[in-house]
Amino acid sequence: MELHQRTVSELLNEMERGALSAVELARSFLNTVKAHDGRVKAFLNVNEESILAQAQAVDAKRQRGEKLGRLAGIPVALKDNLCLKGEVTTCASKILERFKPPYTAHVVERLQQEDAILFGKCNLDEFAMGSSTENSAYQITSNPWNSEYTSGGSSGGSAAAVAASMAPLALGSDTGGSIRQPAGFCGIVGMKPTYGRVSRYGLVAFASSLDQIGPLSHDIRDTALLLEVIAGHDPRDTTSVNRPVPKYTASLDDPITGLTIGVPNEFFQKGLDPEVEQTVRTALKVYESCGAKLKPVSLPNTEYAVSVYYIVATAEASSNLARYDGVHYGHRAKQFDSMIHMYSRSRGQGFGNEVQRRIMLGTYALSSGYYDAYYKKALQVRRLIKNDFDAAFSQCDVVMGPVTPTAAFKIGEKSSDPLSMYLSDIYTISCNLAGIVGMSMNCGMTKSGLPIGLQILGKEFDEEKVLRTGRMFEKETGWHLKRPTL
Amino acid sequence: MAVNANDIRWVAHLARLEFAESELDHFTEQFNDILKYVDQLKSVKTDGVEPLTHALPIHNVFRDDTVTTSLSRDDALANAPDRRGEFYGVPAVLE
Repeated sequence: MELHQRTVSELLNEMERGALSAVELARSFLNTVKAHDGRVKAFLNVNEESILAQAQAVDAKRQRGEKLGRLAGIPVALKDNLCLKGEVTTCASKILERFKPPYTAHVVERLQQEDAILFGKCNLDEFAMGSSTENSAYQITSNPWNSEYTSGGSSGGSAAAVAASMAPLALGSDTGGSIRQPAGFCGIVGMKPTYGRVSRYGLVAFASSLDQIGPLSHDIRDTALLLEVIAGHDPRDTTSVNRPVPKYTASLDDPITGLTIGVPNEFFQKGLDPEVEQTVRTALKVYESCGAKLKPVSLPNTEYAVSVYYIVATAEASSNLARYDGVHYGHRAKQFDSMIHMYSRSRGQGFGNEVQRRIMLGTYALSSGYYDAYYKKALQVRRLIKNDFDAAFSQCDVVMGPVTPTAAFKIGEKSSDPLSMYLSDIYTISCNLAGIVGMSMNCGMTKSGLPIGLQILGKEFDEEKVLRTGRMFEKETGWHLKRPTL
Repeated sequence: MAVNANDIRWVAHLARLEFAESELDHFTEQFNDILKYVDQLKSVKTDGVEPLTHALPIHNVFRDDTVTTSLSRDDALANAPDRRGEFYGVPAVLE
């Protein structure tokens, strides 16, 4: 395997024994970006000068014999909705085209403390609203396995960057599947941690009760390592939970004896592509051969998850995005008749169609006369969805199923039909509504050569169990070793 | 519940969004597709079900009432589209 295709654990070993410098490694990734990102379009911004300066600083620290952090010299790509002080953070929106945050996100500070190299800002659907990265105001990210297909979204840039070996690690955010779905489409590992496990300070808000930041990587060990670094309490996010962070990497290779896997019937119904179903069922058989027990469980309210999500998420978005007023930061229209007109014209010019549609949907759901019928009703059904998971987890350790009903879809295939795009998130959305852990990993390929994702769901704060469960599959198979030919 | 172009105009006004009249029909059609889909929630029995706003229990978080460093005025104003000295510039609010 080429240097840039290796995992973080391997690269850290090479650097520790002196066979590789952080600058050499950074150059290797920068070269890969130069060779391939013209086609993949994963990055919105790669600051070569800053990357090499960070790498030189790590090498100098190592030479002086100073203690180095857990990610010393490892490039980490950031979704462009994570703030980095003084560096343009666009959210792939025109409204934030020139926005330079006055502070740095908690997770980015954690990376800096561990001597990671902040390696560029990745493309996303505008304000993380979308499932294909086609809603970016700047560019469409393509799937590294086949450039006619989408990378998924909204963290499509982050997933494509890792899959194309342009960075060994990336951070994304997941509000309804935005880490797991692109990870599944691109054949890598992606995790949405429990709500509150990772501080959202410095993540540009979309739907605050659902948003969570998480890792993307080639294999489970690297996801475990990055999660160890970013998880933990931060007083600046009052929903961040004060609870010790387990050493996820330490227990990773201990298989779980007596593992019971819940298999929800509702994840294997109409709409599921037969090739995806067969591949996921084969993965379940691999677990059986390792001694795990499969147990049918029921999540009867799954069919309502997309509806609940598109009310709750848009309602929260309509409130969160009210801050873009053309006054404090962001785009302001040049001409207007009044204060109100300045707001509406600035926002009309600055936001793309999907963002406008969602703001309006949320505004409608919260507006007088519709609040009970839509918003309150959605929150009641949200509780039923959570109750379903509580009941399932009383009978099993983890729940497994597909990440998405199909493998990656073609660029342009769903972009004119929002509802069909929304329905591609049907298996990932309920995890955010319930606040639990979800991880996706590659478990096979379609005949046409696109990755198929396996989703592992765990109850709140069960990241360790989900990671160990995923690792059992990696040891038996070799899907995590596959890299696309670019 | 179906919406018409006037409803969309009203929602756009509430949300402070201006877009071309030519986009109105398209938005209305897509809005109706989505509303028709989410209307499936009406069939779910939710009598007596407590709405769930947050998946995990959340509590008020308090901090000590002490002064800490905050953004400098320059940092806070740095991204303003219309900075006027120490202020944000806005169009006249009162005519």
